[in-house]
Amino acid sequence: MKDKLHQLKLKYQGTKMAPAFNALHTFLYTPNETTHSGAHVRSADDLKRTMNTVIMALVPCLLFGMFNAGYQHYSAINGFPENFSLFEHFLTWENFLVGIPTILPLVIVSYGVGLAIEFLFAVIKGHEVEEGYLVTGMLVPLIIPVDTPLWMLAIAVAFGVVIGKEVFGGTGMNILNPALTIRAFLFFAYPTWMSGDKVWVHEAVERAGTADAISGETVLGSLAAGSEPTFSLADMFYGFIPGSVGETSTLLILLGALFLIFSKIASWRIMVSAVLGSLAMGLIFNGVVDAGWLPTYSKFYTLMSFPYWQHLLVGGLAFGIVFMATDPVTGSQTNKGKWIYGFLIGFLSVMIRVFNPGYPEGVFLAILLMNVFAPTIDHYVVRGNIKKRLKRLKTATIYPKSSDEVDSLKTETA
Amino acid sequence: MSKDIRIRKGLNINLVGAAEQTTSKAVTSNVYALNLDDFHGITPKMLVKQGEEVKAGEALFYNKNKAEMHFVSPVSGELVEVVRGARRRILTLKILADKEQNYIINKVPDLDTADGAAIKNYLLQCGGWPFIKQRPYDVIANPDETPKAIFISGFNTAPLAANVDFILKGKEQELQAGIDALSKMTPGKIHVSIGDSTRSPFLNMKRIELHRVKGPHPAGLVGTQINQFDPVNKGEVVWTLSPQDLLMLGELVLTGKFNAERKVALAGSVVKTPQYYTTKIGAEISTFLYASGVTEDRFRLINGDVLTGTKTSTEGYLGFYNSTVTAIPEGDDYDLFGWNKPIFNKISNTRAMTFSWMLPGKKYKLDTNTNGEHRAFVVTGQYEQVFPMDIYPLQLLKACMVKDLDEMEQLGLYEVAPEDFSLTEFICISKQPHQQIIREGLDLLQKELG
Repeated sequence: MKDKLHQLKLKYQGTKMAPAFNALHTFLYTPNETTHSGAHVRSADDLKRTMNTVIMALVPCLLFGMFNAGYQHYSAINGFPENFSLFEHFLTWENFLVGIPTILPLVIVSYGVGLAIEFLFAVIKGHEVEEGYLVTGMLVPLIIPVDTPLWMLAIAVAFGVVIGKEVFGGTGMNILNPALTIRAFLFFAYPTWMSGDKVWVHEAVERAGTADAISGETVLGSLAAGSEPTFSLADMFYGFIPGSVGETSTLLILLGALFLIFSKIASWRIMVSAVLGSLAMGLIFNGVVDAGWLPTYSKFYTLMSFPYWQHLLVGGLAFGIVFMATDPVTGSQTNKGKWIYGFLIGFLSVMIRVFNPGYPEGVFLAILLMNVFAPTIDHYVVRGNIKKRLKRLKTATIYPKSSDEVDSLKTETA
Repeated sequence: MSKDIRIRKGLNINLVGAAEQTTSKAVTSNVYALNLDDFHGITPKMLVKQGEEVKAGEALFYNKNKAEMHFVSPVSGELVEVVRGARRRILTLKILADKEQNYIINKVPDLDTADGAAIKNYLLQCGGWPFIKQRPYDVIANPDETPKAIFISGFNTAPLAANVDFILKGKEQELQAGIDALSKMTPGKIHVSIGDSTRSPFLNMKRIELHRVKGPHPAGLVGTQINQFDPVNKGEVVWTLSPQDLLMLGELVLTGKFNAERKVALAGSVVKTPQYYTTKIGAEISTFLYASGVTEDRFRLINGDVLTGTKTSTEGYLGFYNSTVTAIPEGDDYDLFGWNKPIFNKISNTRAMTFSWMLPGKKYKLDTNTNGEHRAFVVTGQYEQVFPMDIYPLQLLKACMVKDLDEMEQLGLYEVAPEDFSLTEFICISKQPHQQIIREGLDLLQKELG
């Protein structure tokens, strides 16, 4: 097998199809490439391993999403169980069998369309197929409603990969997070499929208007409508609430975050500062309400009086902070910059969430906005280093070149 | 006033095959060679024709841009071959050694009375000058410039590199002579850094600033020490010497003899009995490699340590500046699912299913496999974990790649040498050639502004 593939690799070498073949080959075997210049030994990590680590952190969220799809579906029909038991009501085959056929196609379409475009671009432009999409393709199904039509997803993925990434030159060169570009495209192109009380529960859209109509609203949705959420704090934390596929379980996201921080793959600086940022904004809103500056009939009242720390439990904030804000390509690249970048993401997420009139969620918009500003933040951080160096220059001890002396003597005598 | 510091950022790469502290005399080499790539940026002008006889210490060629700067032969014998490459560029000079070695004995300057210019002329004439390197640009020092300070790193932290205390044992007198000569050429200080060694030959030396630098690699790289003690600003010059080169320089000013003899560590997991050998600059590596024996047929032979050395072969010769020769396995093999399976036998800076963090003392047998393909820069914040200088490594590399001279200058390219980026290159997830990028950046900067 190993030798046969090696022969095939040599056969394809130099041809148009080489990148496509190499992508599949290197998926099976890490290549036989050796060092040529510089350090003769290299560490064990490569981009595939890095991306794979993020995917591993996402798998629990995906599996949970599959069960939750069934749980929300049956709960919308039969009502939420009174004495909830994890194994009786949630981790059941019934729930899983609803989740598998709805969510697996999303994953397949996301990977299928995205990777097809990646391969196409790699072959046309003659560069290797890069691993960035492995994570993007996994993120996309987790940040959309369960019943998103597959054709919409396919169009959005195509748009996101081409405009969000390939036009800039592929993985490592893009300005905006591709997964969020896809999410934003869906949001602006098909808003009715991205919000409301029908999209978060499997089959709710199909049943709308019939006698069997069901619905389910996200916590943020009900808050924006001015009503107190019906879910307990535990439900929010464990994730037994309606929402996008993978974003509901704060517990599993937290575990993913710990795994990513421990493995040193994602930046803890961004995660910590984003949490601080969101808490800060939440506290400001709570303060405004407590000070009585906001009349109770204001349409922002319920959202602004929502306890500040609970913002982290609902909606996509936790998921966005852990898996999207930490994207190294589109985020700030300097350690200092990461603190500022993360803080502003948390801060703006909660702000947009509260003030967004059409749609009570703002994480993806906040992250996209900060993606745009990340290079500016880095610019000023790096300027600081440059200024320090310029300051040092003032006390520099520069001795004249001996050839200069000779030249000056020559000019004097002449 | 000396400073003791601790470097926190870095990574020790523990490899199998460190040289045992015993010394054997290597078999005398028949042919000695000078590899001109060792003298970066020098355009040679030959003084000796092919077929002519030279004495040990006699000039073979000079620097085209600085005719006083002579490069001398390490041995006496006949210049048998001038190997040329594309556009007749000279690559290697090979000298067939005499059985009986004849040395040129130069008239030594009196170290008490001679001034800097006299020492300078002496070193330029007698072949001691090329041992002195300078920052910026990491090239052989320009004798027209006066350095603000001179830096010598008196210890090695690079993987498998020769133990400085061991190779310099008993040479205090020569080293002091070298220091004395250098001190005439700078109004500034001579900074010597040592680790936590108690038997360093530099311990009681005069006219130096002795620093203790602790911490993981790259604490032993002179660039790290410069950045900590007296960073290079635009327009400033510092000189650097490696301790084994200081020894030769010292002997040259003390005895007038260019003695190319050097103690070399032969190390690496492929070597059967890794140990030290006494040999000469330019000697055939095979004269001591096979005395220790190798365990594999195919391996990578490196002039220098595994992070900064240059690739050579069993027909190769000991480099001009090297005191370490390393042999490690070639890694041109495939690894099934090497990108996602747990890894126990390789070193990693992350913990992404790699487990070298659990056993910090374990010694590894690394090969030359890149462990992945070349990619664009993706991950950020990794280099900073092993890069102790007050410089943004990723930004500086990018500035070099896009040839932005202003940025290169502002971000501190004057302060670095390619070797300072060897550790970031080692851990680079995108497998970018950092040292090559920095070298090209330095060359461009020197060409445009130097």
